[in-house]
Amino acid sequence: MKKFWKKGGSFLLPFLLVIAAYIMCQIMISGKTMSRSLQGQLIPICAYIVMALSLNLVVGISGELSLGHAGFMSVGAFTGAVVSGLMLKGWGVEDTLLRLICAIIAGGCMAGIVGVLIGIPVLRLRGDYLAIVTLAFGEIIRNILNCVYISVENGRLFFGFNNPGLPGTILLNGPQGAVKVAKIATFEVGFVLVLFTLFVILNLVHSRSGRAIMAIRDNRIAAETTGIPVTKYKMMAFVTSAALAGMAGALFGLNFSTFAASKFKFDTSINILVFVVLGGIGNMTGSIIAATALTILPEVLRAFSTYRMLVYAIVLIAVMLLTNNRQVKSFIGVVKEKVRLLFNKTPHQPKGKEAEGK
Amino acid sequence: MKLNSDVKMVPVPSHSIIPERDSGKPVVLEANHLGIQFGGLKAVDDFNLTIGRTEIAGLIGPNGAGKTTVFNLLTKVYQPTTGTVLLDGKDTAGMSVVDANRMGIARTFQNIRLFDKMTVEDNIRIGLHNQVRYGMLPGILRLPSYWQGEKKQHQRAMELLHIFNMEDLADVRAGSLPYGAQRRLEILRALATNPKLLLLDEPAAGMNPTETEELMRTIARIRDEFQIAILLIEHDMSLVMGVCEGICVLNFGRVIAKGTAEQIQNDPVVIEAYLGKQQEEA
Repeated sequence: MKKFWKKGGSFLLPFLLVIAAYIMCQIMISGKTMSRSLQGQLIPICAYIVMALSLNLVVGISGELSLGHAGFMSVGAFTGAVVSGLMLKGWGVEDTLLRLICAIIAGGCMAGIVGVLIGIPVLRLRGDYLAIVTLAFGEIIRNILNCVYISVENGRLFFGFNNPGLPGTILLNGPQGAVKVAKIATFEVGFVLVLFTLFVILNLVHSRSGRAIMAIRDNRIAAETTGIPVTKYKMMAFVTSAALAGMAGALFGLNFSTFAASKFKFDTSINILVFVVLGGIGNMTGSIIAATALTILPEVLRAFSTYRMLVYAIVLIAVMLLTNNRQVKSFIGVVKEKVRLLFNKTPHQPKGKEAEGK
Repeated sequence: MKLNSDVKMVPVPSHSIIPERDSGKPVVLEANHLGIQFGGLKAVDDFNLTIGRTEIAGLIGPNGAGKTTVFNLLTKVYQPTTGTVLLDGKDTAGMSVVDANRMGIARTFQNIRLFDKMTVEDNIRIGLHNQVRYGMLPGILRLPSYWQGEKKQHQRAMELLHIFNMEDLADVRAGSLPYGAQRRLEILRALATNPKLLLLDEPAAGMNPTETEELMRTIARIRDEFQIAILLIEHDMSLVMGVCEGICVLNFGRVIAKGTAEQIQNDPVVIEAYLGKQQEEA
């Protein structure tokens, strides 16, 4: 049992946290104590949590700085909008939940495919170069999506590139983005998507493939001489991350009645990176907390009106400085040790002794 | 201490020597006229070496002689500009580092390269990457093959850790181990890849005489237990002379002498390379 808490504790913590937060939200919604603006933020929060978690897989676990994550989100969002529109207008599927789930899966697949295509040239690079090139690809995706026109008629899709004259019901309308998107995203599906993402990422990290990915991050040369194919595992992390981001994008997009590619600009990528860095690189629980807090924060800061973003920036700087302060760190360490003592009467003991007690 | 006193070395066609007990079996490694040039500098030139199936061989030479470059050539970190490396009879031309490892060549590094942030056990599990396999999906979905694979990896890791009695340290972060233990862990990680030939780059660096003597016995034990060949670079002559059967001396990128410990110790060319030329007495 002790061993379970020691090993499984860190694994289960993010799940418990998410489930607890979900239950709390549901209680607040049914008790009508949650403000309307916060209620409207719930689905974007879920989407941003998934974005932060998936980016953390690339930045924290694979150790590559990617600045184009919003690109994958937009691919997922637009694919999701098209799939949902096609199902409703083309095939007459009325069930919103089914459409939402299909849209999320399609968004994930499409973003995964784009991830493979971008990964092939990008993963040849390292460090700063990789970061800049991912940034460029993020912008390329956005600009391409600005020119795509898609319409549906009689159950068939019509594509146009820079060519607005399409028959039937327009789904994607170039620079105006996705139009007539039915607002079908629900908080419940968002919650399940967060759990799914956590499940995929944490299980991946604690498996043979995950260890290979981290080995490459920690020491590329040693990983190669130990027989780990570097490109394959970098690609695995990158594509998994892209697919999850696409799913988040589909959820995010289907929460609007209309959205344009300009929603997924470079600053969205940076915002997500801020969640990851603030929550701690490689720390999944941290990403969840940071994504939630920083999505709510601008709403809370409405009282400051014009100075809102200034205060937001100052809060960011303060949190970064505080979490990197040695005294604060040691204080957190003390608290952690106390918590551990609650569950586990003996502090850090060598494993040999524990095995005897088993 | 000497562990190699009763070994008889026999010559092989490629102008090298291997222990007599290995002479009937195909050799594990054969380097022919191996050379590499960096710009105008011939870092290694016309390097020939043959290693028997269960031989413990030594590669010595003054600083900057090109010993680590030879290791990098054998493990395909560098592609040779001239010559060939035959591993288990197969030409390794054009192979990558990963391919070479899968073919059965594993190494440690002069400056230790462990996965510092991971536990000791995880370091070895990474070494087992190609030995105990299961896919990415079974890993994510926790299918039965995941549990079997993890269990098998754990067992193998513990067996390997037992060689150096390091089972107690399985959950310790590799980066926080003392220096000697890090060197031992690196050897275990290399062994985990199930090599036919193990390359050790200065395994005794930073060890005290007692530890070195223990390491010497362990090297012999690893060879006996796993029945593999070991090639080591070392500056500690007590270790080299104590455990190596065939010794190859390198200076300025060229082999200047080859032979048993006794032959090497009495070779005037080797003495000159290490101590400088003796002045002629009038």
